[in-house]
Formats: sequence, structure tokens, C-alpha cells
Amino acid sequence: MLVSEQKPIEEILHSLEGEKAIFLLGCHGCAEASHTGGEREVRAMKAALEDEGKTVSGWTVLDFLCQKALVKTGLQPFRKTIANSDSLLVMTCGVGVQAVAAVVDKVVHPSTNTLSMGGAQGTWPGSERCGECGQCLLDYTGGICPITACTKSLVNGICGGMRDGRCEHQPDVRPCGWYLIYERLKKLGRLDKLRELPGALDYAKTEPPKDLRSTTFWELEQGKGQMERVA
Amino acid sequence: MKLTELFTDGRFVITSEAGPPKGVDTSKMLEDVDLLLDRVDAFNVTDQQSSVMRLGSLAASYLLKQRGAEPIFQLTCRDRNRIALQSDLLSAYAMGVENILCLTGDYVSLGDHPDAKPVFDLDSISLIQTVKTLEEGHDLAGNDLLGTPDFCIGAVVSPGTDPVEPQIIKMENKLRVGAEFFQTQAMYDLDQLNDFVKKVDHLDVPILGGIILLKSAGMARFMNRNVAGVHVPEHLINRMEEADDRAATSIEIAAELVKGMKDLCRGVHIMALGWEKWVPNVLDEAGL
Repeated sequence: MLVSEQKPIEEILHSLEGEKAIFLLGCHGCAEASHTGGEREVRAMKAALEDEGKTVSGWTVLDFLCQKALVKTGLQPFRKTIANSDSLLVMTCGVGVQAVAAVVDKVVHPSTNTLSMGGAQGTWPGSERCGECGQCLLDYTGGICPITACTKSLVNGICGGMRDGRCEHQPDVRPCGWYLIYERLKKLGRLDKLRELPGALDYAKTEPPKDLRSTTFWELEQGKGQMERVA
Repeated sequence: MKLTELFTDGRFVITSEAGPPKGVDTSKMLEDVDLLLDRVDAFNVTDQQSSVMRLGSLAASYLLKQRGAEPIFQLTCRDRNRIALQSDLLSAYAMGVENILCLTGDYVSLGDHPDAKPVFDLDSISLIQTVKTLEEGHDLAGNDLLGTPDFCIGAVVSPGTDPVEPQIIKMENKLRVGAEFFQTQAMYDLDQLNDFVKKVDHLDVPILGGIILLKSAGMARFMNRNVAGVHVPEHLINRMEEADDRAATSIEIAAELVKGMKDLCRGVHIMALGWEKWVPNVLDEAGL
């Protein structure tokens, strides 16, 4: 899941300065789950903007803004309204904002900050688990990723900041990743794994080449008709 | 002079700390060093301790060297990537700094710039590996160096951590990749230190027991709540609470710890945190 939080209303209003008619766009996916862009939040934003003297030219909540093709289809009924609006306030993750920007020739504002790209977490979306480091260490860490589980993303063992199994950075919400790894390996009888040191990570691998970052969908997107604008 | 030379002489090594200021006036730091110059073998020069931005440990190490003190240049992986760390190591050696302490570093949220980007490109283990690589005459990318450094490499361990086993495994790993001495987190429980020392008896490496001078009962409680690996027992807190003269009681407690550590460790590392003037009294009372 892509986790987002709403920006402070002052920041949103600042971004809308000089614009009168705003089209609001919410998402039934992660933004609804994050309480940042479901129907309830969109209605509340409409009221807040109207209180500030803005005109909300129209609004809708789509399935799902992170999918460009769906955005394009979903916005078709609103072509004229959007054409007559000054801008769109997109109440979802950074992916959704970019998808909207890709199909409308209008100013697009994000209303949220994206906190986590948990969307890359396959069908186990409860937490961010893979750090996409390009040099998987799970074999030696007992199946727990040190990049995401450790606050400092340490790969060569525990630091001095663990207390009662918690990380000294945000102990209320953060277990010590290396404590979890240690407990797991101990349970498996494989503490010897902690003597296999990966040393320094290769950060060149954490930045994958373009051909790996873009998927087959990227090629489809290059097809005819994809570049046309809704409004 | 390398710290390892002192250990081979078989003497009980005493290190203390020099804390660079937030600002450019180094007079207080150097005056504190002067107070201990004749009583202490070397000074850890802290690297933006607790993630609080300060004058740098490399520059301060050089100033100590000029003052006639032996610095132990602390460097953490929190603020520098591998390019900067290697560069600072070369700079240190070129300026005559021979002792270093390799640390991962606290997380940025513990300090006064919690909005900073944490680096942690390397960690304590890969930093020691990096030092060894430089000592072999090339950098991490395999390029040859013009002149090679030769450091005495220190590391840290926290014996008061529960469970202590992952600390010991990491200590073994640090030793295996090149650490030559260890300083411990502050210890107030000699039985716990004794247990730890027994568990690492198979490791042939000098350990300096860590001591932080207690300034008050409140400070002890604060550390118990907030500093990982530090536990001040209740009876010591009570002694500080009931003390008429807090400095005298603090000196008494520290001296008892130093005496106890004489049987357990190859030296002590005394962190005075502003109470440098009392350190000679601690050493006197401990018979050093």
C-alpha cells in the first residue's frame, strides 16, 4: 500500500493561491485507506476550500489513481468541467498525482505527502518489507530485511541503541530490527549466519537501471493514443 | 603514539574524553585537556556526540596533538559517506593522528538536527574494513594510495545490553576485521562487567571499562531511561540522592568502579562530561 498523509491545509492553500475553480480528485484505493483521499476526505476538503472562498468546480473519487489508464477513463465524464477549472487538487499518493498530470494539461496539486512506497510489497501489503537494495541479504538475516527493519539500515549487525528489544529511535513503535534478526536466527539455530559479514553495500545497485525500473507497461504506454489529453 | 604500544607494556591504560564545542572557541576544551594531560594516556575526541552538531573531531584531534595530548579520533558513519570517511582517515594520518575509534554513530533523531539526512553508507564493521583496506595501500575502489596510513584501531561494545549475545558476536566480528582495542559503554555494575569479561575471555584483545561520572541522582535516572546499555543500580542512585557533597560522592563511586575494573580490564575510559577537574581525584582515590 502507498501510505500518505494530508499536507497541512496552509500548505495546500498556499499551493492554490491565485486559483479560483478547483477540481478535486480522490481515490478509492490506498488514499481512502490512509484517510487522505476517500469520499469523506474529499467532501471535507470541498467544505474547507469553500470556506476559504474557493469554488470547487467538481469532484470525483476514482478506482484507482495510481493506474494511468483508469485515470484517463475515469476523467472522461468530467472533461468539460476540468477544462473550465484552474487546477486539480489530487488527494492521493505521488504516483496518482503523476498519473493525473500525465493525462490532463492542467496544473495538478498534491494534497498529501507520500510516506511509504509500500505498494511494491506484493500481495503482503501490511508493511514495508523489502528495501529494494539489489543485493538481497535475507539468507543471512533469517528472512528479515535489515534495510527496512533497522532504522539505520545496518547490514553488519546490531548497534548500541537497542533497549528491551526496541530501537532507541521511536522505541514505542519500532522494534530493533537486529534484535528480531538475532531472535529469529537463534530460534533457527543459525546464529553462525551473523558471522558472514556483507561488508559495505553496493549502493550503485540500489539505483536500478532504467530498463529494469520501467516495466512492459512502459512500452504499452508509448503506444498511439496514450499521449492524448483529456482536457 | 599508538595505544596498542601501551598495552604491550602491560600497564593499566587510562583514557578520557575531549568534547569539541558548539562553536569555534576551543579554549575550554583545551583547558579541560590540560587538567588531565599528566594523568591520562589518551583522549577520545568525540564526533558530534549524540548527533549534536559541533566542531569536528578531526580538527579537535589535531588541536589536542598540538597541545601535547594523544587524541583518539572518533569517527562515526552517521554524517559521512565512504568517500568522506576515507578522506578524513587520510587527513587524520597526515596530521599525525594515529589512534582512531570506529563507530556506527547515533541516529540523527537523538540530536539537535533531527531533520538531517542520516548517511550510514558504512557502519562500524565496514568502517574498520575500510581502514584495513587503506592500510593495504589502496582505497575501497582499488586505487593505489600515495603513502599508506597505519592506525591503531579502536571499537566499542556495550556489555550492559540485554541480551548481550548479539553484542558479543558483533565484538568478535569487529576483532576479526581488525579492531585492536575496545572501550565499553559506561558500566556501573561490576558483577555484570565480570560476567561479560568471562564470556569474552576467549578474545585476545584489550578492553577498557567505561565510566561516566555521576553528577546527580537525576542524571542517573535519566540515563537509565534514555541511554541504551546504561544501567545505574538503585543503591548508587540512593547514594547520590543522599549525598551532602555530590562531587565527593561521585568521585567515591567512580573510584570504586575503577578499582573493580583493575581486576577485570586492561584499562578504563573515563567520561567526565564537564567534570574533568574531578578526574585526578578519582584516579588518586583509586590508587592510580
